[in-house]
Amino acid sequence: MALREIFLGPIYIARALATTFKHNTKPIVTIEYPERQKPVPPRERGRHILHRYADGLEKCVGCELCAIACPVGCIVVEAAENTPEHRVSPGERYAKRYEINLLRCIYCGMCEEACPYDAITMGPRYDLADDHPDKFIAVKEDMLEPLSASLQDTARPSGAPSAQAVPRKW
Amino acid sequence: MTLDVVVETLIKAVIVIGALLTGFAYLTLFERKVQARMQQRPGPNRVGPWGLLQPAADGLKLFFKSSSAPSSRDRFLYLLAPMISIMAALASFAIIPISGPGALNLFGRSIGWYVMNVNIGVLWYFAVTSVGVYGIFLAGYASNSKYSMLGALRSSAQMISYEMALGLSLVPVFILAGSVRLVDIVNAQHTWWFVLPLLPAFFLYLIAGIAETNRAPFDLPEAETELVAGYHTEYSGLRFALFFMAEYINMIIVSSVATIVFLGGWWGPFGILPGPWWFLVKVVALLYIYVWLRATLPRMRYDRLMALSWKSLFPLSLAMMMVTAIVVVAAQGTL
Repeated sequence: MALREIFLGPIYIARALATTFKHNTKPIVTIEYPERQKPVPPRERGRHILHRYADGLEKCVGCELCAIACPVGCIVVEAAENTPEHRVSPGERYAKRYEINLLRCIYCGMCEEACPYDAITMGPRYDLADDHPDKFIAVKEDMLEPLSASLQDTARPSGAPSAQAVPRKW
Repeated sequence: MTLDVVVETLIKAVIVIGALLTGFAYLTLFERKVQARMQQRPGPNRVGPWGLLQPAADGLKLFFKSSSAPSSRDRFLYLLAPMISIMAALASFAIIPISGPGALNLFGRSIGWYVMNVNIGVLWYFAVTSVGVYGIFLAGYASNSKYSMLGALRSSAQMISYEMALGLSLVPVFILAGSVRLVDIVNAQHTWWFVLPLLPAFFLYLIAGIAETNRAPFDLPEAETELVAGYHTEYSGLRFALFFMAEYINMIIVSSVATIVFLGGWWGPFGILPGPWWFLVKVVALLYIYVWLRATLPRMRYDRLMALSWKSLFPLSLAMMMVTAIVVVAAQGTL
């Protein structure tokens, strides 16, 4: 027993050393996070996105069904009338103020289910971190889909707010 | 001793201490990088190019950490312990000749490639590293904490046991070189390195050296994954950094002594590189083995550790010594 160990021990150690040394040649598996990120699943329920129609008008009509459906009450919607000079959405009204408290939100997706116009969906962003609770109140400009590049010059509705004037961290 | 000798020694001491502290800083980075690569990770790469400024960032972090200490500590010994550790580690490098065989001619003086060339040579190394055990034990004792005390007991028991094997594994070299002065030992290896005839002694020295510096797989005194931290549990901030430094500098010293004694010091096979570079290359290669072992082997059980020292390494180094002595005497008889 002891003799066997004396002869086999160094062989095992040498084999172990060879194994670790072999790993020098293998590729690095680390994904270096802020620069490279793993793709999220297509149905990831991350931070919300407010969608637009192809002509740049917002889908949200300010009906507040999402706010009613929200189990934790983290959504605030304040609606305003569309006028011919200031048309934001195709319906009668639009959301003048749309805020989600992301610290309160449980990312259940009930707002998405409740929305009759598919105006709000859960997006792919999950890296929500900041240094103050106040910065977690996502306002409408944070969540609104940017105007797609092809639409920006031609079909921009006169009154639509310029999306993401001040880009936020998330 | 005249004044110029004192000044020369002081300047050399400052250079050696500076080099050792820089070496310590980059050894931590080297270890993290090498280990990371073996685990298919990139390792530290955020601070500076390839993470080269990481040691500076770590040092600053330790510097700004709040230093907490147990209120029931022995105040004097608690402060003294890390100092003993670091001083023992730094002082033992004084005898290492990093190049040779001649001396460096600067400003009309011939300056040796060592801080001091004492005739007791390796004995100085053993004596000074043994003082390091006091640092560890006093740290455990002065912290007045059970974790520190148990860690210190383990640590000093381990270091004392392995010092025996460490010392005896070098005796065959003394027999072959006929001197304990390190410069003489290196000069005796001009034609062939002692690692060739004394390969078993070299392995014994490496194993004992790893245990002596409390490194994996013999890092039971620290054992991050099972114990709190061993003898330096109650140390924080810069005082902890001193113990950390002492451990890494001891690694450098054990590797340097192995280079000097077994790997022919500054002698290179074809004389391609100047002496100090050969020395550096060999030390780094040995340090790589240290890190490699840490990345590979799991920690030993404590009773196995002691058994390995007293039942295997100690008798084997004694046997090695006897065999070398008999062979040398027999060779002299026939000549």
